[in-house]
Amino acid sequence: MNEQIHNPAQQKSAEKLLVVSPAPHIHSGDSISKNMLGVIIALIPAYLVALYFFGLGALIVSITAVISCMLFEYLIQRFLFRSKSVTIGDGSAILTGLLLSFNLPSNLPVWMVVLGALVAIGIGKMSFGGLGNNPFNPALVGRVFLLISFPVQMTSWPRPIPMNMQYLDAETGPTVLAMIKNHFGQLPETTDMLIGNMGGSLGEVSAIALLIGLAYMLIRKIITWHIPVSILFTVFAFTGILYLVNPETYASPLVHLLTGGLLLGAIFMATDYVTSPMSKVGMIIYGIGIGIITVVIRVFGAYPEGVSFAILIMNAFTPLINAYIKPKRFGEKIKK
Amino acid sequence: MSNNSNLKVLTNGLIKENPIFVLLLGMCPTLGTTSSALNGLSMGLATTFVLICSNIVISLLKNIIPDKVRIPAFVVVIATFVTVVEMVMQAYIPALFDSLGLFIPLIVVNCIVLGRAEAFAAKNNVFRSMLDGLGMGLGFSFALTLLGSVRELLGTGKVFSMTVFSENYGMLIFVLAPGAFIALGYLIAIINKLRKT
Amino acid sequence: MAKLESSFKNMLLVLTCITLFAGGILAGVYTLTKEPIEKSKLAKQQNAIKEVLPPFDSLDDEGKVVVIEKDGKKGEYTVYTAYDANGSAIGAAVESFSNGGFSGEIKVMVGFDINNKIVDYSVLEQKETPGLGTKMVDWFKTDKGNQNIKGKNPSASSFKVNKDGGEIDAITAATISSRAFLEAVKDAYAAYTNNADATTDSNSGATTVENTEGSEETTVDAEDAKNDATTAATATTTDGNSGATQN
Repeated sequence: MNEQIHNPAQQKSAEKLLVVSPAPHIHSGDSISKNMLGVIIALIPAYLVALYFFGLGALIVSITAVISCMLFEYLIQRFLFRSKSVTIGDGSAILTGLLLSFNLPSNLPVWMVVLGALVAIGIGKMSFGGLGNNPFNPALVGRVFLLISFPVQMTSWPRPIPMNMQYLDAETGPTVLAMIKNHFGQLPETTDMLIGNMGGSLGEVSAIALLIGLAYMLIRKIITWHIPVSILFTVFAFTGILYLVNPETYASPLVHLLTGGLLLGAIFMATDYVTSPMSKVGMIIYGIGIGIITVVIRVFGAYPEGVSFAILIMNAFTPLINAYIKPKRFGEKIKK
Repeated sequence: MSNNSNLKVLTNGLIKENPIFVLLLGMCPTLGTTSSALNGLSMGLATTFVLICSNIVISLLKNIIPDKVRIPAFVVVIATFVTVVEMVMQAYIPALFDSLGLFIPLIVVNCIVLGRAEAFAAKNNVFRSMLDGLGMGLGFSFALTLLGSVRELLGTGKVFSMTVFSENYGMLIFVLAPGAFIALGYLIAIINKLRKT
Repeated sequence: MAKLESSFKNMLLVLTCITLFAGGILAGVYTLTKEPIEKSKLAKQQNAIKEVLPPFDSLDDEGKVVVIEKDGKKGEYTVYTAYDANGSAIGAAVESFSNGGFSGEIKVMVGFDINNKIVDYSVLEQKETPGLGTKMVDWFKTDKGNQNIKGKNPSASSFKVNKDGGEIDAITAATISSRAFLEAVKDAYAAYTNNADATTDSNSGATTVENTEGSEETTVDAEDAKNDATTAATATTTDGNSGATQN
């Protein structure tokens, strides 16, 4: 045993192994509910911005989404599965509801929000056996279902009016991404895009608030940098190349980074533990994939926004990535 | 051969060995053509016609077809009937041909038709083969109509173009391809649950 | 009866027989259905034309191809002129297209009457976003707000979506598709006026268009046609079919 450890090559590989590690782990006191709580705290800045710009609508949509997600989770587990333990206490249903509402426009009729929650929990999560078994991000399943089913309501975003107290009658306008595709309309100022003073889903408008959330999660080690950074870098590089080729038709990479659901998706949706790869190399491949698909859909596709489709598509590749990018087992001979 | 067992051959395809819900055969036309109840029913009936005819002919020819070339021979027989259906439909019901057009030639490679030729018609007499074709075809039609109705209802609020609820509440996704997968998955789940209890 | 042995001779014989037999059946069905198939194909095109035109007596079946240059690219538009019982033109259906949609080409058939007003339209082909752009199929013929384009003259300056300062309501959340659709209608109009002037001239009896063999293509600049559509058709338009109906 001593001899082995003194072998420098072995020691070096052991160090490397300690960085990337599937089970077994030392328990750090983390639990599902603790991590979920961390993510929810990281979402607070973006939520406050949403409340400021979209007012009452944001409040109604988010509360409806959270309550119905918890309710459906309870009902399905209690009556359909007839299981004795119900997992609504772990916070994952609250998080799903919150993330779902962040991806919806703030003037969406209540029944559609409830339907989205039913699809997110029922089809996206419980059909596959509950938390930990779902191959796709449940909140995104709910959002994409609504987007395809009700494209008119899902793409008419209310204009941001500070302290808005209207709900359904808010004035609507296209998103910046739709403007890019249309080649019309005045793009918002960069500062407005940073703060969030533009049309869009509840939680996606403010770049600064989302980046504060990212910083918090990185400091608390809830997520690692690999997925968000690789997504954002890929989108920046890809749209940058397109912009250099023809700045007339393609928007600048900065506009692509700051608009639509890209930051929200890269920071909060793509990093979902259950549906993203485990190893770091895997995470980077996953992030690059999401970045490329997002840009392809945004620039060439029929829908103006592609982040949610891109994340769902790469979710499907996660098991494959996990199977091919495996760290060496401890003690396994490393070929030179 | 008693009447009883002939009846069993007929009813087998309807529920117990339903080609869609139980055998999971012929998924391509199932997902592709069931955007409305009427399309599902028409596709089912077209397939039923091909199934019955090919089962009869193959059962008649089973003894003169050498084993090693049976698959090519079956495919030629099936392709003939499919082409007949395609031409007749194009000539006399052009509206239906427009909505199903692409999927009609695909009946040739529908696993149900070749599957029944290989598994049943090649081993049984003409009458029983015909009954089997009829039963399987009706089972297939039933499944397609059911799936088509569910998708049409959820997608547009109508069944066979009759309004059940306002189209404003229709979920467009069910008329499109992803809705076909979701609806089929849940239908199979429900039917499996019913069959077991 | 025992199964035939899989010898080379048997296999060849059986397969040849089955194939020949199948071929024979198919040939028979083909002859039987050939005529109805052609009829139904023709009827389909005729129906698309009938749908967009007022009742007519006879139709220029072949159509006439008008080439319009737009943004440096040439586009082909087919004009089908319709006549009443006396042989005078009562309007035309124009097959037009636009590449400005959200994805892919939009193909439309637009009918115009003799006063250059839109009678009706039908969308032949489109690949827009389901539930948004796809609504163009009946959006612009529904009487609601300002979305109906029937009876309008596309040369008017207000023939634009309201977002571009026009008076026509765009499809909710699908301005690009709406704009592309109106573009196709305008191009159809340009093609129609280029073609129709020759026909109306000849019908007025002042000049008779020479009956030339086959149809000749006319090329005009689309910008001119749009700016001043009624006088733009300076290019000579000759059309064998329209001349033939002329007494």
